[in-house]
Amino acid sequence: MRRADERWAVTAATLLVIVAAVAAILIAGGYDTSRALAALWNGAFGSPYAVLSATLVRATPLLFVGLAVGLAFRAGVLNIGAEGQLLVGATSAVAVGLLLGGLPRPLALPVVLIAGAAAGSAWAGVAAWLRQRFGVLEVISTLMLNFVASYLVSWAVRGPLQEPTHVYPQTVELADAVRLPALIAGHRLHLGFVLGLALAAALWWFLMQTAAGFRVRAVGAGERAARSAGGINASRTAGLVFIASGALAGLGGASEVTGVTFSLYEGISPGYGYSAIAVALLARLHPLAIVGTALLFGALESGAAAMQRDANVPSVLATVIEALVVLGVLALDRARAGRKS
Amino acid sequence: MAGHARGCSVEFCGGAHRIVSDTALALRAIDKRFGVTTALAGASLTVRRGTLHAVLGENGAGKTTLMRIAFGMLRPDAGTVTIEDKPVVLASSADAMRRGLGMVHQHFTLVPAMTTAENIALGGHGMLRARDVAARVRALAGRTGLAVDPDARVSTLGVGAQQRVEILKALAGNAHTLILDEPTAVLTPGETEELFGWLRHFVADGGTVVLVTHKLQEALSIADDVTVLRRGAHVLTEPAAGLEVDDLVRSLTGEDSHGQPLRTRVLTAARGSSVVRLVDACARDARGVVRVQSATIECFAGEIVGIAGIEGSGVHELLRLLAGRLTPSAGSVVLPSTIGFVPEDRQRDALIEEFSLTENFCLRSAATRTGRISWPAIEKQTGVVMRAHDVRAPSPATLAGALSGGNQQKFILGRELDARPALVVAENPVRGLDHLATAQVLRELQHAADAGSAVVLYSGDLDELLPVGDRMFVMFAGRLREVPVTRSAVAGALVGAS
Repeated sequence: MRRADERWAVTAATLLVIVAAVAAILIAGGYDTSRALAALWNGAFGSPYAVLSATLVRATPLLFVGLAVGLAFRAGVLNIGAEGQLLVGATSAVAVGLLLGGLPRPLALPVVLIAGAAAGSAWAGVAAWLRQRFGVLEVISTLMLNFVASYLVSWAVRGPLQEPTHVYPQTVELADAVRLPALIAGHRLHLGFVLGLALAAALWWFLMQTAAGFRVRAVGAGERAARSAGGINASRTAGLVFIASGALAGLGGASEVTGVTFSLYEGISPGYGYSAIAVALLARLHPLAIVGTALLFGALESGAAAMQRDANVPSVLATVIEALVVLGVLALDRARAGRKS
Repeated sequence: MAGHARGCSVEFCGGAHRIVSDTALALRAIDKRFGVTTALAGASLTVRRGTLHAVLGENGAGKTTLMRIAFGMLRPDAGTVTIEDKPVVLASSADAMRRGLGMVHQHFTLVPAMTTAENIALGGHGMLRARDVAARVRALAGRTGLAVDPDARVSTLGVGAQQRVEILKALAGNAHTLILDEPTAVLTPGETEELFGWLRHFVADGGTVVLVTHKLQEALSIADDVTVLRRGAHVLTEPAAGLEVDDLVRSLTGEDSHGQPLRTRVLTAARGSSVVRLVDACARDARGVVRVQSATIECFAGEIVGIAGIEGSGVHELLRLLAGRLTPSAGSVVLPSTIGFVPEDRQRDALIEEFSLTENFCLRSAATRTGRISWPAIEKQTGVVMRAHDVRAPSPATLAGALSGGNQQKFILGRELDARPALVVAENPVRGLDHLATAQVLRELQHAADAGSAVVLYSGDLDELLPVGDRMFVMFAGRLREVPVTRSAVAGALVGAS
């Protein structure tokens, strides 16, 4: 499996490029490099707080949406709408959570999470339907639907879901019964992280060990062969994957509002759905590797926040790095493909 | 025929190349390695001016590599290239074109969304005026006798017309030595004849042609000289006139015997039961155009039904109707429960190149499987099939894309025949395969028929089809009809004669 090894070499090379790019940007910007890097490290891993209340908490939504994007890309569905699917998932979870706050947790919490997943898959379903029915490119439709979802949140927190005093554009806080429990007392890390890990393992098992997962991989790796040699209904497979991908992203939104923010407001996602593309690509769409890259990006984003606080380095550096990852992986892949032919 | 240097005619040659020289192109003692594989080891080729020179070799003999070196696309590790007796170091294909070389690649290098004229203008410089370019192309087409419509979009052209555009593109750069890499692989017999007629005309006017092929008959029928390559080395160069097919087979394979010759089939048993039946079946292509009109055909267990038809006749859709890959728009289709299908474009329609052989083997049953897949069991079965069908690969975990074309096809055939299907539909199954692999694939199909399968075989090459077909059907302009198993009957029906 030489080619598989080569792919991971691309990942390793990309990581090296990232490190070099960070150093170059810091030096070019005239920052105190050692202080900035120390802040980056401390913000990500320097203390129990950094790990348990920042890095892992930040990695959790990235894990959900990373899996969502990874699954879709595996089937050749270019779902770049994880951001929108996450937002409607969060909105739906809060709306249902506000209604069910009085019920006991074992009953209410699953319903709230399912509401988030259902909304995410419905949002993806719109793009899936447009693709199936009219041949609309999902890259365009999902990207556009991200904006619609973002304005939907703005409308919800100023309209039907706004807190009773109508002063702040946000909802009231969710009741305890519909909150994901913290894993360790005093830290923000919540059950959603474990759920994400379980989903990553389940997704890996599904793709590698089940017949349905094999069909998904076959459609993504060679749609015509999947149709012709395998008799697989490729458009149906792709449609179902699209919807499942939306469910994962929607669940990520539900996990975020029930585990971290406990309410809905604008800007609830700093672009998790977009970071997810870098997370999934760097992991070569491998569900278990996505756990690793989600943690890496979680650490990077919490470290960047600390770097801004302690060394005045703008935290958009994290975004720059994510963009470099996508470009790096694509360029190296392309170079590899070019060399082959 | 031919032999001595003919004057270079104005029609095809640039003024700068009027130097009289006997040798148009010579490659001497060429070595070329790619990583650990040796593609060429001391390969030589000397092409006399004003001749048509065929270069023969099995798959992987180094024909294409040698041509790419001649055209400046690859640098040799050792050896010399001379054009018109002048040693040259070609830095790029543009360099080769400036020296009067033109190349028509096996896989076309046209931009489908552009017009013929735009494609031909692609290599040029300066301002592009659509009208001027179209006029120049029209003039060039008139002068060379290659009929093309300068304003037609390439995506709307058939394969034969696309090839004419490729040739014109090469000639637009004033090429007087044309290299054609397997030009007939994609052509129908009629188109091939047309191309050969034109090539002879080009040579008679003083041009030089290097024709890469693996069809022996073809080479002997048209070439002045023949060069044979084997495993990257030069084996023989001789005038075609003195050569027989048997000589060539011996030098190609390096063996006296090239495997069991293809017997002409004799139907041993009485015809078996009906396996597949189409009655007045119609089919549309992806764009909704009716391609098959009221086709009626019935195939029986134990027979090989040959199907002929030129590109665009609807034969592509007919085969997919028979293989259950296309739903009829009208009429009735009765299919057996197990069908093996060998599609023409194996790398796109039959294999997933980045999947292992085990995974590709699993593909056949992918649509109907449920629950968990037992990979160890499938891997074991894959190994059994690989041994039974002589698929040469290190292990079932090898990626399908790492196999040679012949081994890929043997694997596909093994996979499709493994379930002992009631019906096997094979579309151009030996396309691009060398002598040995071709014989083996056709033999396997015969064995499948002997074992009780109904075999439907389509080939663009009547020489492959006629010896093995028990019955023959010909598709012409969407209509299917049965014809006697004779060359004249099939050839006539292909062009619509009744």
